[in-house]
Amino acid sequence: MEMTGETVIRAPRGDVWSALNDPDVLKACIPGCERLEKTSPTDMEADVTQKVGPVKARFKGAVTLEDIVEGESYRLVGEGKGGAAGFAKGGAHVRLSDHDEGTLLSYEAEARVGGKLAQLGSRLIDGFARKMADEFFATFKAQVEGPPSAETAAAITDADTDASNAASTEDTAAREPAMAGAAPESKSWIRKIFS
Amino acid sequence: MAKDFGIGASSKRREDKRFLTGTGRYTDDMNKPGQAYVHFLRSDMASGRINGIDIAAAEAAPGVIKVFTSRDFEAVGGVPCGWQVTDRHGEPMKEPKHPVLAEGFVRHVGDPIAAVVAETRAQARDAAELIEVDLEELPAVVNLRAAVSGGTAVHPEAPDNLCYDWDFPAESKDAVDEAIRNAHHVTVLELVNNRLVANPMEPRAAIGEYDAADDQHTLWTTSQNPHVIRLLMGAFVLGIPEHKLRVVAPDVGGGFGSKIYHYAEEAFVTLAAKVLNRPVKWTSDRGEAFMSDAHGRDHVCKVELAMDAEGHFLALRSTTLANMGAYLSTFAPCIPTWLHGTLLAGNYKTPLIFTNVRAVFTNTVPVDAYRGAGRPEATYLIERTVDKAAREMGIDPAELRRRNFITQFPYQTPVAVEYDSGDYNATLDKVLEGSDRAGFEARKAESASRGKLRGYGLAHYIEACGIAPSSLVGALGARAGLYEAATVRVNPTGSISVFTGSHSHGQGHETTFAQVVADMLGVPEDSIDIVHGDTNRVPFGMGTYGSRSLAVGGSAIVKSVDKIVAKAKKIAAHLLEAAESDITFENGQFSVQGTDKSLAWGEVCLAAYVPHKYPIETLEPGLEETSFYDPANFTYPSGAYACEVEVDPETGKVEVLSFTAADDFGNVVNPMIVEGQVHGGLAQGLGQALMEGCVYDENGQLITASFMDYAMPLAKDLPSFTVDNSACTPCTHNPLGVKGCGEAGAIGSPPALVNAVLDALSDYGIAHIDMPLTPSKVWAAIDAARPAAAAE
Repeated sequence: MEMTGETVIRAPRGDVWSALNDPDVLKACIPGCERLEKTSPTDMEADVTQKVGPVKARFKGAVTLEDIVEGESYRLVGEGKGGAAGFAKGGAHVRLSDHDEGTLLSYEAEARVGGKLAQLGSRLIDGFARKMADEFFATFKAQVEGPPSAETAAAITDADTDASNAASTEDTAAREPAMAGAAPESKSWIRKIFS
Repeated sequence: MAKDFGIGASSKRREDKRFLTGTGRYTDDMNKPGQAYVHFLRSDMASGRINGIDIAAAEAAPGVIKVFTSRDFEAVGGVPCGWQVTDRHGEPMKEPKHPVLAEGFVRHVGDPIAAVVAETRAQARDAAELIEVDLEELPAVVNLRAAVSGGTAVHPEAPDNLCYDWDFPAESKDAVDEAIRNAHHVTVLELVNNRLVANPMEPRAAIGEYDAADDQHTLWTTSQNPHVIRLLMGAFVLGIPEHKLRVVAPDVGGGFGSKIYHYAEEAFVTLAAKVLNRPVKWTSDRGEAFMSDAHGRDHVCKVELAMDAEGHFLALRSTTLANMGAYLSTFAPCIPTWLHGTLLAGNYKTPLIFTNVRAVFTNTVPVDAYRGAGRPEATYLIERTVDKAAREMGIDPAELRRRNFITQFPYQTPVAVEYDSGDYNATLDKVLEGSDRAGFEARKAESASRGKLRGYGLAHYIEACGIAPSSLVGALGARAGLYEAATVRVNPTGSISVFTGSHSHGQGHETTFAQVVADMLGVPEDSIDIVHGDTNRVPFGMGTYGSRSLAVGGSAIVKSVDKIVAKAKKIAAHLLEAAESDITFENGQFSVQGTDKSLAWGEVCLAAYVPHKYPIETLEPGLEETSFYDPANFTYPSGAYACEVEVDPETGKVEVLSFTAADDFGNVVNPMIVEGQVHGGLAQGLGQALMEGCVYDENGQLITASFMDYAMPLAKDLPSFTVDNSACTPCTHNPLGVKGCGEAGAIGSPPALVNAVLDALSDYGIAHIDMPLTPSKVWAAIDAARPAAAAE
């Protein structure tokens, strides 16, 4: 699957770039990440526990940063092995540009899965990846900006992300947990109904 | 009046007592003293290079006895293929090695890389997680058309991914081309025969045992043909001679073809049991079955049917890409060739036929026979094309069929086979009557009043069953004979044990075969025991597939019973002091013609084993005979099927309202069992047409690997079937006059259903929809056709 999205972060570009290269920030932002260590300036190792539909697995992953343009963009390429659950591979091209309110972060990401994840979870994978991305950037935004109010973060995430994949834009399940990182207690779709 | 025993009686299936009371003995029910368990670590990539396997952590894990990799199998052979096809250039097919455990490369998701043997199944599974495989992903070959368009190769020895490129009959090519060029009308259809997973209720299982004291191997396995497994595994993989290898296939819970083949897991447990000197057991789970049982169908075809102005068929040309998967399964090469190309005449006297079949390697699970095997693919392409032709020519589909039916038998087709008997008009009449074709228009109007689209679809089929004359299949590339063997042992008190090479895995042989013997000998069915599935008890056997058990296995039993009767008559003649020619045998009594002197069956049997008064100089004691029966021809069951559906144009949902079958199976031994076989076949055929479909993504990931994503037909999806087999023309060349009924339902039903749905959609001008006809596909076709329909 492929997806694109963008979000405005109310922080200077330099700060956003630093955060994108900070293993601690990344660890806090990657949903289910238990360990993330830099093994070189461009290589990281990560352990992530995730559940895709009926398959729950602990992924041992390697993440490499490529095509680095300092302060502007990089490509993040990763691969995780989940043992009997199979594997996940993906990449994201992340770009920063100046914006009236701070920094515009845009990304194009692709992901695919193999083994049991594909066998049992393929119908769920688009929604799952969407959710992972939404959670990642919501948390990332919160990390860089400092804790915002839940309302603002929800509005930005929902409004700014746009999936190129038609299936996932229609997939409410993908959007529903978008706030999990910033406001784990509330469900954005509930808020939409009652606001 | 219905008979209450013997041939023609609907005797209750004696095996059902144990199946229904939970006392069946399946392979997984068995546990051997000291048994260990194996878990296979399977590839999660469709194609990859194995750069290294680190088994140290797994070997150190609790309960682990040994971790095997391909290194442990260096001294043994690969899993063999049982059929060699010669391509159009006279070259043998490409036959890459199929190792027991992957050697250097993995070639499909599910390809076994390593095997962990541990004290418990859970320990084996857990330890497999600790194996570190350095697997480098390579581009996968998935799509059939892309596979033959150059680029990546699954095997280096087949750079164009072709196993073979086959023309048949090669000499007809030019004449067919010319007939198509000059025809009044040519109907053209491109279609896909969707890939299926057999999904028998019982997943595969195997237990290997080894007795070091006498160097004796035993394999317990879920097989349709234990002797074939003994031959393939003993001779080609492990190098174990027959007398040191016993293969037992006990109760087997369905196979549908997928349990014909010799699988790597069987060779593994057999070898591992010897290496470890303890029994090793493997039981597939359902997910594992999806990625390791051979799949079925998966053809991409183009068909052209040339006709004159009256709709007489002049020539048929088809080109097919047939998926072989990553390795050649046991019978894979013959399915799209000799079990498909030879059936392309169907029920019609098309004088000129030519087909080209290219068998293609892909990074998917091996593809082999599945209920019908080649014949459903042939039937589907013919019957869909005939229906399309009827529409294009403005001729009623039933009438177009009648115009082209073969009516004289025997009939030599232009595709090698000779049909011995049949009456296609008779089955068509039966099905039109049984389905109330005359009342269809009124029913259609009623549906229309509810906003529903009603359709009626017909299909005919012919199949070549009773597989097969050995000399013929040998000439066509089979590496085995396809006769059948049977021993009939009459015990001293007259009870009878029949040892048959046919294997029952749901067919009810224990009942049917006993009926045949009871009928011939005039003894009660319950005095007869049918023994099958054990190479140490049954003299030999080629097993059960291709609707061959009664036609070939049953004929072998008949031959043995004939020999028994002949010998018993000699004994009776001696005891009755009469000439042998004066002895008659009827209803279990030996009588001297024209006298009241007679002996009961049991008295003669006892004399055979207590030969006090006995012609001992000229006749051996005992009463036991073995026969091998090699059929003179295939049998040719045929039939007509009618399907009536209702389509909801708002949702695309197809509801099967009725399904009527009129089959010609030749003589029928047990009508109830035959009806059950047809029901099962219809369920599978309609499953293929409506909902089943095995899907790989573009990277070769199997994304329909559970019953969440692979839709199996349920009772609610199917109507109550109407089944008739009264339009019977007996087979002319086997002693029972039987043709076989196991596959018919799965062969004839898919085109009947698709024809019905397209009939329902006829106002939209939709020429074809590929199976399975899921609501989304049907709705999409309707949606795409709407502007055109509205504009008219």
